Amino acid sequence: MRIAIVDESGLRATILEDGLREAGYDDITLVPPRGAFVARLEALAPDIVIIDLGTPSRDSFEEMLAVSRALARPIAMFVDASDETMIGEAIDAGVGAYVVDGFAKERVKPVLDLAIRRFNAFAALRSELEEARTALAERRLIDRAKAILMKSRGLSEADAYALLRKTAMNQSRKIADVAQALITASELLGEMP
Amino acid sequence: MTPLSIAFVPLTDAAVLVAARERGFAAAEDIDLTLVRTTSWATVRDRLVYGQVQAAHMLAPLAVAVTLGLSQQPAAIAAPFKLNVNGNALTLAADFAAALDPVSRNRITDPEATAHDFAGAIGLHRRKPIIGVVHRFSSHALMLRYWLGYAGVDPDRDVQLRVLPPSLMVEALRAREIDGFLVGEPWSSVAVDSGLGEIAAVGASIWRRGVEKLLAMREDWAEANAALVDRLLRALDRAARWCDDPANRSDLAELLARPDYVAQPAALIERALGGQIWLRRDEAPVEVPDFLLFHREAANFPWRSQGLWIYSQFVRWGFTAASPDAEAAAARVFRSDLYRRALAGSGTPMPGASMKLEGALGAPLGVGSDRGTLTLGPDRFFDGRVFDPSRIEEYLAGFAR
Repeated sequence: MRIAIVDESGLRATILEDGLREAGYDDITLVPPRGAFVARLEALAPDIVIIDLGTPSRDSFEEMLAVSRALARPIAMFVDASDETMIGEAIDAGVGAYVVDGFAKERVKPVLDLAIRRFNAFAALRSELEEARTALAERRLIDRAKAILMKSRGLSEADAYALLRKTAMNQSRKIADVAQALITASELLGEMP
Repeated sequence: MTPLSIAFVPLTDAAVLVAARERGFAAAEDIDLTLVRTTSWATVRDRLVYGQVQAAHMLAPLAVAVTLGLSQQPAAIAAPFKLNVNGNALTLAADFAAALDPVSRNRITDPEATAHDFAGAIGLHRRKPIIGVVHRFSSHALMLRYWLGYAGVDPDRDVQLRVLPPSLMVEALRAREIDGFLVGEPWSSVAVDSGLGEIAAVGASIWRRGVEKLLAMREDWAEANAALVDRLLRALDRAARWCDDPANRSDLAELLARPDYVAQPAALIERALGGQIWLRRDEAPVEVPDFLLFHREAANFPWRSQGLWIYSQFVRWGFTAASPDAEAAAARVFRSDLYRRALAGSGTPMPGASMKLEGALGAPLGVGSDRGTLTLGPDRFFDGRVFDPSRIEEYLAGFAR
């Protein structure tokens, strides 16, 4: 079974490829959706195309399916339209699969299942990374705000933090937002630490 | 509030949906509207067909194609509301446009001559011209085919139509992968502003009142949620009226410019909203008052005859075989009955008929309406042909292809 993976994210495509190889599939090609990718796919003649539903190039790809003379057999999106749960999961995960007509759905399902799991795992990884990044940025803001308070009001670090926290609670705002407001005000007043 | 999700593609003509959410028209109907930004029409279609969203901003021909089973999983689509009329432009690379009338304004005002000039330029160009279109089943592609066909150009043989997403058109033009493109705004204005191309035709100069984007939903969902459909249509009707008001133009342009919507400069977006179109970067803009309509002249009314015009073009270009079943299915996509039901109590003038001759009006005409006056704008095709929805076969026989 020849599998092509069309994905804007090279990292996610690699993660999916690794998973498929571990599961015993060995004829896998990564085709980034840029430039003449449609011609590459046409030459490759894959049995299954796993495609990132977020790529703007999907319409170009479907046009190839509509006009290509090289593809003698029709190609359908998702092989089993009756399996709505699975299709829903796939769209939520951002995965599409185009399968050459005549392929048994039992052979396609494990590939798609695996793609959905890997796409979801990648999304979870990315949101964790995003959270960690935000947390780090907030820590830096709070540190700068503490430094301003320590300098301008002669507070200890613990007291400066307590003041920030109290202000945030009184105004029902996040400590990082209060810190940002303080930094902005201090910059306007020309009291950069 | 009732939650409702609508998928859209980042384009200026998603304006009515954006205004409905951001200016409170949806909330006033107790709808918690979520807009799902989507980068390809294929994914808009899948989200709608497989029920991830309840409605979608959709190319009118794509709604007909999905219903006829021409675009992946077939599903009966109901379109009870048009989101806009007109709004497209054909942008050509300067070297290709050099074969047209040197006075850019003349290209817009005389589409017949421009079509012939385009035809003459094909053989002189360094390659078979490659023109970007957003989708096989787009209004843009059908209008380009219609316009080129008039000048004896076979769009499947004499030019290459390449499907590209709107957001990649400008880059493809810069890389000289294509010689021009026909796309919704703001992408032509972005290309002109970068000095990469010149606008050589606008949708309104090919068909004065061309069908463009629809609000599409699955027919079974629309039937099962009639009250909610009515509320949504009332919200969109008010949002469309708001979008058409010149007083709101700059506010609307700022809204659309936001990164979660079109993510392009407000000044470029505003050109289409105000009908002030820069054809070339270093010239004064020209006035195209009917470049893009959101509400006036019953712009949102889904004329069944327009679904049939799309069907006629599908037959003309061999996308589908002529059959009474396909014809009936295409006519059913445009749900003027749902529009009437939802807006019966509103102040929006309602046409008396649901079908009309398309392209018969050379000048504005007051027509029968159940309340107030309704003036329909001129809706001529540039070649003067008239589409009679009850005589499709005859209409098609009039074309060489």
